[in-house]
Amino acid sequence: MNRRDALSRVALIFGGTVIGAEAFLSGCKTATKYGASLNFTPDDTAYLNEIAETILPATNTPGAKEAKVGEFMAVYVKDCYEEKDQKIFMEGMAKLDEACNTKNGKSFMECTPEQRHEFLVALDKEAKDYQKSKKEDDPTHYFSLIKQLTLMGFFTSEPGATKALRYVAIPGRYEGCIPYKKGDKAWAT
Amino acid sequence: MAGDTLNINNKAIAQNTFDAIVVGSGISGGWAAKELCEKGLKTLVLERGRYVEHIKDYTDTTKAPWELTHHGEKTVTDINNSPIQSKCYAYNEVSKHFFVNDLEHAYNQVKPFDWIRGDHVGGRSLMWGRQCYRWSDVDFSANAKDGHGVDWPIRYKDIAPWYDYVEPFVGISGSLENLPQLPDGKFLPPMEMNCLEKQVAERIKKNFSDGRTMIIGRTANHTVKVGDRGPCQYRNKCHEGCPFGGYFSSNSATLPAAARTGNMTLRPFSVVQEIIYDKETKKAKGVRIIDSETMQTIEYFAKIVFLNASTLGTAHILLNSVSDVFPEGLGNTSGQVGRNLMDHHYGVGAYGDTDDFADSYFFGRRANGIYIPRFRNINDATMQKDYVRGFGYQGGASRSRIEEIHEGGIGGDYKDSLTEPGKWTFGIGSWGEHLPYYDNKVTLNKDKKDKWGLPTLDIDCEFKENEKAMRKDMMNSAAEMLEKAGLKNIGTYDSAPAPGFCIHEMGTARMGKDPKTSVLDGNNQMHDVKNVFITDGACMASSACQNPSITYMALTARAANHAVDELKKGNL
Repeated sequence: MNRRDALSRVALIFGGTVIGAEAFLSGCKTATKYGASLNFTPDDTAYLNEIAETILPATNTPGAKEAKVGEFMAVYVKDCYEEKDQKIFMEGMAKLDEACNTKNGKSFMECTPEQRHEFLVALDKEAKDYQKSKKEDDPTHYFSLIKQLTLMGFFTSEPGATKALRYVAIPGRYEGCIPYKKGDKAWAT
Repeated sequence: MAGDTLNINNKAIAQNTFDAIVVGSGISGGWAAKELCEKGLKTLVLERGRYVEHIKDYTDTTKAPWELTHHGEKTVTDINNSPIQSKCYAYNEVSKHFFVNDLEHAYNQVKPFDWIRGDHVGGRSLMWGRQCYRWSDVDFSANAKDGHGVDWPIRYKDIAPWYDYVEPFVGISGSLENLPQLPDGKFLPPMEMNCLEKQVAERIKKNFSDGRTMIIGRTANHTVKVGDRGPCQYRNKCHEGCPFGGYFSSNSATLPAAARTGNMTLRPFSVVQEIIYDKETKKAKGVRIIDSETMQTIEYFAKIVFLNASTLGTAHILLNSVSDVFPEGLGNTSGQVGRNLMDHHYGVGAYGDTDDFADSYFFGRRANGIYIPRFRNINDATMQKDYVRGFGYQGGASRSRIEEIHEGGIGGDYKDSLTEPGKWTFGIGSWGEHLPYYDNKVTLNKDKKDKWGLPTLDIDCEFKENEKAMRKDMMNSAAEMLEKAGLKNIGTYDSAPAPGFCIHEMGTARMGKDPKTSVLDGNNQMHDVKNVFITDGACMASSACQNPSITYMALTARAANHAVDELKKGNL
């Protein structure tokens, strides 16, 4: 599988285009002031890591936090997101925390893993329903962006690719038909 | 003093004089360089871009995704600098240094046209798709048969020995199939089909009585070593440059062969401004270049000139080479230079999946797929009412992690469900022939200059009714084959890419029998200027539907042989 396939896969999951990767579709932008001045603080990154870890936690393989998915998201949003999606993402980080406060009476970071899980299950459903019913020009739900990047970042990270999945840098041969048994990990690339 | 000046000039001219000049170092220029050098000609190879050394300059290609800042993805800056290049499937965080900056390489789209370019030693041979399919007389006789374009001055028998000649050096893996419309070649062992592909191939053969067949792709990836190159390591990162020399490029193969003769002078950063015509001898006496680093203008001289600057680059040079004799561009008395621009129309097909082979998987990343050779309009039984010519399909089966994801989206079980492969999927996309239309053209825009002060190109090209009618069949036949092959959840797509995006542009200085209606003769020699040869995509009189590079290579070797023969006979 190549990168393009990886992107299409994420696109298939979310039933649309991968944000950022296909930003050219909306035309050639000149100034990206928001992009250049965009700044993630260490607190932001830590927060993103906890969101990502809740989506893809450590099981018998490492989770998103160990894979530093928060750091990846910060770089990706800064460099690969168009301004309009940067805004959705940044505002979304605040919205997520507000919603958490409304539900649990405390910030996401203050919640227990169980509270975080329960909260994100509900938010995931909200985002999925919104994405299904939204009109084409309506903005993407912020949690869809966060989840997209979490998946992309995790499965292309070293722990994600080599431990949660299988990665062979130099296969050296191709075999078109080998036995597979349930539970065998998928190839990372 | 006058004498001194003359002396210096003579010395400079001598230093700048070669037996042959090759303009461009891409897939056809590399072959011209190799053949001319090996035949003993002191050859100057001019390349407008930077130097790229085989292996050493394939930076970052051995890195894992997580070792790259953006895990391989392009950035907003990449897209802003190269809004056209960055759309290309082969463009990523590693390969992007092989694509031009669009802001610095302007052209004008009279109609949408995506011009994908790599300006560096090796050109697009570094990032090419590597699929190699011979043409047959179905293709070479097509123009004569249905009246579109002008008749090819050659037939399959003229080029067959040259396919034979170039293929073993290129190193193409493929299977022997004995198909009249897609002749076999001199192949390395074929790659393997996976389980689902084998099943689909069997079922297509069984369910269609028109002889259609599905074969493994014929690709310039080396399944066994070719000299010191390869074998392919199945990383599927070819367009980043291969540190194993696992596929053919100018950099890995032809340019090193040319260099080994001691006859090649390779000059990067050399933007060819024009070919210098000598009306006394009625021949080209050399070329004038702009050194893109110093902006200095320099002249080089030679007995013969091979133009391999790419279909649009070659047209640009010809149109910009004006003189009293050729006010409309060098060798353009026919008025056909820049005309009949073609690409392939593609980006249309079908996909599906299956529950079969749940207990089977694959190993390795095969940088190749399957091929369904043309099956329309190849004989009386397969004639279509709605369109002329035909199309082929490329595609393949794979099994990736996808399906479990739709339900349940947060937490450990969700994560673990994502780590297993899903169903096998199968998809094909079609490549269709684009007819040569006189009004699909490139012209010079003298009001808009490029960074070297040269006129830019206006590109005015479109797909027309024949292509549109063919596209319907391309999509429907794809879905029909998938259905008959027993696939489920079949869907179709048509991404309708603009001309150019298939990166098979050709036709701007076509071959033909009649100097009044064509630019080149049957040996790729200009009708009007006998010591200029054009063997890149510009020479093509029709586009067929096969990936064209191997045909450019065969034509180049053939033309180089002819050119040296003519030189020896004193005819040039």
